[in-house]
Amino acid sequence: MSNPANNNTYPAYEKVMAARDSAKLTAVDYIKSLFGDSFIELHGDRRFADDKAIVAGLGMLHDTPVTVIGIEKGRNTKERMERNFGQAHPEGYRKALRLMKQAEKFRRPVLCLVDTSGAFPGIGAEERGQGQAIAENLMEMMTLKTPVLTILIGEGGSGGALALAVADEVWMLENAVYSVISPEGCASILWKDSAKAPQAAEALKMTAQDLFELGVIERIIRQPKADDKAMFESLRLLVLRTFEKNAALTDGELIEQRYRRFRKIGTAHIK
Amino acid sequence: MDFFAFVKPKNELEGSAEKQQNKPFVPEEMWVKCPNCNTLLLTTDMEENLHVCTHCEHHFRMSAKQRIELLADADSFEEYDAELQSVNLLGFPGYDEKLEKAKKKANESVRCGVCTLESVRTVLCVMDADFMMGSMGTVTGEKITRAFEYATARRLPVIICTVSGGARMQEGILSLMQMAKTSGAVKRHSDAGLLYITVLTDPTTGGVTASFAMEGDIILAEPNSLVAFAGPRVIEQTMRQKLPKDFQTSEFVLQKGFIDAVVPRSALKSTLAKLLRMHGYEEVK
Ligand SMILES: [Zn+2]
Repeated sequence: MSNPANNNTYPAYEKVMAARDSAKLTAVDYIKSLFGDSFIELHGDRRFADDKAIVAGLGMLHDTPVTVIGIEKGRNTKERMERNFGQAHPEGYRKALRLMKQAEKFRRPVLCLVDTSGAFPGIGAEERGQGQAIAENLMEMMTLKTPVLTILIGEGGSGGALALAVADEVWMLENAVYSVISPEGCASILWKDSAKAPQAAEALKMTAQDLFELGVIERIIRQPKADDKAMFESLRLLVLRTFEKNAALTDGELIEQRYRRFRKIGTAHIK
Repeated sequence: MDFFAFVKPKNELEGSAEKQQNKPFVPEEMWVKCPNCNTLLLTTDMEENLHVCTHCEHHFRMSAKQRIELLADADSFEEYDAELQSVNLLGFPGYDEKLEKAKKKANESVRCGVCTLESVRTVLCVMDADFMMGSMGTVTGEKITRAFEYATARRLPVIICTVSGGARMQEGILSLMQMAKTSGAVKRHSDAGLLYITVLTDPTTGGVTASFAMEGDIILAEPNSLVAFAGPRVIEQTMRQKLPKDFQTSEFVLQKGFIDAVVPRSALKSTLAKLLRMHGYEEVK
């Protein structure tokens, strides 16, 4: 970038850079820190393939079995290639939905960890119905009869992030971002200049603080370090308490609450 | 016969002897060039042919008003929520000016109401490319959600004609949230056992494709419409290669198994009416 963001002028873009920082923890790190050795990975969408951009399986949070689904960017060049830089194909979203339906069957809560610049834009992804796969997740998650919690741990890129974020509550790490479009994409479409990404990041309101104020997320989580055992234990307890609260609701109440959550977002100006 | 001979020039200057010798003058609004076959069509002929090229069947884009006239029985469309207007709720630079311009061309990105279609009562939502390329803002999402809630409460089917460039980026994350919100409303309508048909028109892309456009019980598309999640330019940039010619057309997504049928505009109303009747929705007197 020829025009590096100035910390004082464009704090939102600083957050974007922090969210993309490849040295930070990725989904597999969070899964390891939260679930330890109890995690068992489950693969495949049963239709086409196993998408390695999505890591999913079962793990124990203390005494509670949980279905966990994360978008994984990879921690080094080799992993990043394997994980397609955390850009999922339709089969990734279908694997996620398969395991969410399985969680519903066995009354397990679902934890989604989102870190993606977006769903993969490619020929194969389009041929196999990227739009349809995301749409189906949105529809089915809305009425999933088990508690669902999503934590944005890095980048939340548009529909590819939302496809795992139709949840009872959505939380963000303090350095995570969540947006309808990347600031570079926004700047190049609107202003024909991707160097204006820092300005676009401000305008898009994509930081955790912005989204909390807009009523899009329920909680901002302090950025943990991998060895911060105390921090992960308090996160574990917070997640469990949220699951327990929602598991106490009837199916009807749970689904009504989730519908109302999304129904009211952005309606303050609409009479 | 000289096709344009009867058309009089607008003024003396335009009708100069030299111009008349080279080609007959026709005021611009009277003819339109087909982007597909390059034939010069009289606008009136094209309009009478349902905005379809009389030479090659190219389907021109229709405004919401024209499409409502195409599908709803005469004077049967009762519009709802026409008073809901997009506002610049994030204070996004330049959005106020864009909205002002868009509002001169169309009321909103979608028009919703109830009508009869061959005498069968249905909720009908028609997106409008004239309003910021049918992009999905909070008002778009709210109107579509209300249309489904209305239909669910009254046990009516829903038909949506989509045309959209995707999410409205000037409304940021709130625009993205409309994908979830509309999908929730579609699901409730579906769970109530009611019929939802989508008609994809050129172009249907991005956040609309990845939500209510692809959630119909039956998904129809007009011929040769762009139907995509990621647009062809984005994919070309990622892949650094030219895409095949018919990639992401309605015929392509039909072949890949993602839509039920490609229906020419001339058969659209009768096809929709047949489908409504086959699902037990009856004619009203
Ligand atoms: Zn033509």
